[in-house]
Amino acid sequence: MIAVSILNRLIVAAVTLLGVAVIVFVLLRVVPGDPIAMMIAPGASPADIAALRARYGLDLSLPAQFGVWLQSVLMGDFGTSISLRRDVLELLLGRLPATLELAFAALIVALAVGGAVAVAGTLVRRTPLEPAIDAINGVLLAVPDFVWALALVLFVGVFIPVFPLSGRIDPTLSIDFLTPFYLLESLVRFRLGVFFDVAAHIVMPVLALALPLATVITRILKEALLEAMVQDYVLLARLKGMSEMRLVLQEALRNAVGPALSLTGVQFTFLVGGTVIVERIFAYPGIGNMAIDAVINRDLPLIQGLVLVFGAIFIVINLAVDLLAAALNPRLRHG
Amino acid sequence: MAEPITITGPAAKPRRTPSRLRNLFAERQVLFGGSFILLLVVIAIFAPFIAPKDPLEQDLMLGSLPPAWLDGAEPGYYLGTDDLGRDVLSRLIYGSRIALLVAIVSASLAALIGTILGLLAGWYGGWADRIISRIVDIWMAFPPVLLSILLVAVFGSGVHSVIAAIVIIDWTRFCRVVRAETLAQSQLDYVTAARTAGFPRMKILTREIFPNIVPILIALVSLEMGIAVVVEAILSFVGLSVSSDTPTWGGMIAQGRQLIHHAWWLLVAPLAVLFTTVLAFNQLGSGLRRALDPVLRR
Amino acid sequence: MTENLLTVTGLSAVSDREGGMPVLRDVGLTLKNGGVRGLVGESGAGKSTIAKAILGILPRTVRITGGWINFKGRDLLSMKPQELRSIMGSEIALIPQDPQTALNPARRIGAQLADGLKLKRDMSARTAEAHALQLLADVQIRDPDRVMKSFPHQLSGGMRQRVLIAAAFAVEPELVIADEPTTALDVTVQKEILRLIRHMQSARGTGVLFVTHDLGIVAQICDSVTLLYAGKVIEEGPVRNVLENPNHAYTKALIAAGPRYDRPDAGLEPVPEAVFRELRQEIGIS
Repeated sequence: MIAVSILNRLIVAAVTLLGVAVIVFVLLRVVPGDPIAMMIAPGASPADIAALRARYGLDLSLPAQFGVWLQSVLMGDFGTSISLRRDVLELLLGRLPATLELAFAALIVALAVGGAVAVAGTLVRRTPLEPAIDAINGVLLAVPDFVWALALVLFVGVFIPVFPLSGRIDPTLSIDFLTPFYLLESLVRFRLGVFFDVAAHIVMPVLALALPLATVITRILKEALLEAMVQDYVLLARLKGMSEMRLVLQEALRNAVGPALSLTGVQFTFLVGGTVIVERIFAYPGIGNMAIDAVINRDLPLIQGLVLVFGAIFIVINLAVDLLAAALNPRLRHG
Repeated sequence: MAEPITITGPAAKPRRTPSRLRNLFAERQVLFGGSFILLLVVIAIFAPFIAPKDPLEQDLMLGSLPPAWLDGAEPGYYLGTDDLGRDVLSRLIYGSRIALLVAIVSASLAALIGTILGLLAGWYGGWADRIISRIVDIWMAFPPVLLSILLVAVFGSGVHSVIAAIVIIDWTRFCRVVRAETLAQSQLDYVTAARTAGFPRMKILTREIFPNIVPILIALVSLEMGIAVVVEAILSFVGLSVSSDTPTWGGMIAQGRQLIHHAWWLLVAPLAVLFTTVLAFNQLGSGLRRALDPVLRR
Repeated sequence: MTENLLTVTGLSAVSDREGGMPVLRDVGLTLKNGGVRGLVGESGAGKSTIAKAILGILPRTVRITGGWINFKGRDLLSMKPQELRSIMGSEIALIPQDPQTALNPARRIGAQLADGLKLKRDMSARTAEAHALQLLADVQIRDPDRVMKSFPHQLSGGMRQRVLIAAAFAVEPELVIADEPTTALDVTVQKEILRLIRHMQSARGTGVLFVTHDLGIVAQICDSVTLLYAGKVIEEGPVRNVLENPNHAYTKALIAAGPRYDRPDAGLEPVPEAVFRELRQEIGIS
């Protein structure tokens, strides 16, 4: 049963990714101009161009071209970036970890903040504090992450200049990282000085991404908690003499996370999308920042690679959320 | 066992304060949002008469002036100047033109496409519905950011591609709501009556059903305009909208971001205007929705 | 002479939601130590309100305007929340109406049973588990080991209700309030559950206040009964007396409305409108 549904979801994910590939392929073929002309270095000989043409199968029919293209993509050949003159896959792998660290840090912060506010809001329900929390949350909910990020820049940049506003690490710190996961690596290798510097750099972009998501989590989770709190099992637990805090955390929370979780999954894809603009604002060297440069420079091979990577991330997130929801729900787990 | 008897008390009052309070709240939202937007439209149209300075005129002698209420301000430059000595207030005023242009054109086009397809899917059902709904599902599975990167890459930068990107991404919002609403309306008695009276189907759709969808459509358009303003600001922030010498809020924000440590007001001014505009569209939209949507109103 | 476990005197309450309409009108009832009293009435008659008032879980919209609820010589209504909390769930327990919603779907049965034992009887985790296992056996669950590790959705409605009965009796309370514990169940399961409650109650000498709308159930399980209409006590007494020699026309009509297994052609007569009119006049509502 469970194996079948997991398999189903994997198939759907694979098909969706293929769909993304098709769309990328088609869209970039309708772009005015010869894709080869954009791929070659200036001053290439006609023989070079012909060779490239053959390599990308541009002398074939469109479906055949797609086959050739797909094959090379599957082999990890995304072509060469026009603006950066480097292998696209290499560029992506170098930048992706920065974005992943940023996105996951933001997710954790959003869950912690959103969860804490939801629990606090549930504990103070039917007191004057509750409408206050709801009202503040309601206003913040309407603020797009772009505005959030800039408001943070303003606040931290001008009034309390504690955290750096751009970059990923102090450029004067020259350390050799073994992996591109700076935050994780410095922590694991226990180089605390470096870790704190990387962490300080990530604080602002993380907040800019996490706070909008936290407001959404708060609203959904609080609603679900309030609904669970009026169920009979909470009443019985209260009669047994459980403290209000324990009622919320032990009895209600587990039943409330389900709906909140699947929504968080959807919102997490928005968060990953939001990295594009937030990385730009904080000059953070991830794939989002790279994507904007790629579009400005019309660097088609790089755009193609980036879109595929983003597409893959979105699909993996959706898959993970589905599986996690199944794992957390005892109804689905135990037949 | 006997039928449960509901005992009517002495005072079965009509539904009390909460709903009326909510209506009042909705009206206040509409009032705030609507008047701000109206003001903005007037400012945009009469920008040349309202703006105190030429938004493009540079004067390096007067670069990075603070706003009027701070020390070192120069008279006539109410919100100060940027690093090239251009008047911030005038640039904001001219920037509202691009913002509103994008908001109005893209929201209307997205609404037009989404509404037509939504009406068709909701009213005719069958294969039309199946095809349109499936397209919408697939469309919405794509994160907007991914799509807009692709689209701007395809169309190139500029205000046209910004509008095109917004329309292509967001028509689905309208289509979904309109389809659901049409479906709901078509099950109501007045539609059945019209059908049994033998009105042509197309006529029922345009004369009977569509007018009932207009209120929610208006609310959606207002919300969409808020989204469009942000998208335009983002794209001009990263330099993918209009060319950089045309004043835009996003462009001003980008400039302010760069100079944050030297002249923070360059970020405050456009950000405040952008925030208020988005908030106004949101308030107007959700206020209208509350006031007009019979389901929410209940 | 057995003294009363529970004495309700002159209990009155109004509902703010319905514009201050009275929902309890000067209600009085008693429950002997180890006795089972049925609290009967149609929906809206106030039987659940009484149960909730005793448990201290009235909704905020219902306000008590007078009366006492005397439990073992102390008035529950004038107790501090602290004292109430120590009594509820240890001396007074609840068997809820709907076994679907009364067990936390996210937690295993064993853990939920152990809660009360740990909180109210200060048992260690291990003792509580052993005790919970014994309790499941007491309520005649065939495979207690498996049920302990189960989640609620893996059990049938009847099984869940047994678990809830076990949980209620786990804390060895002196008073159990059973709030229509069989309405959500199949008729065949109903009988077993009633028998089980009766068994648990008589073995431990627990007093039970049994809330129901069904006179047939009252006849099976209760030894005394209080009949309510619109928040007012209409008839009261030992079950046998009330059922065989009802005083009030409403009671007679209700008995006639129930099915008669001995005479299938009789019974199921709707309560005549005239009886209601008279009732309302008597209580003083329009």
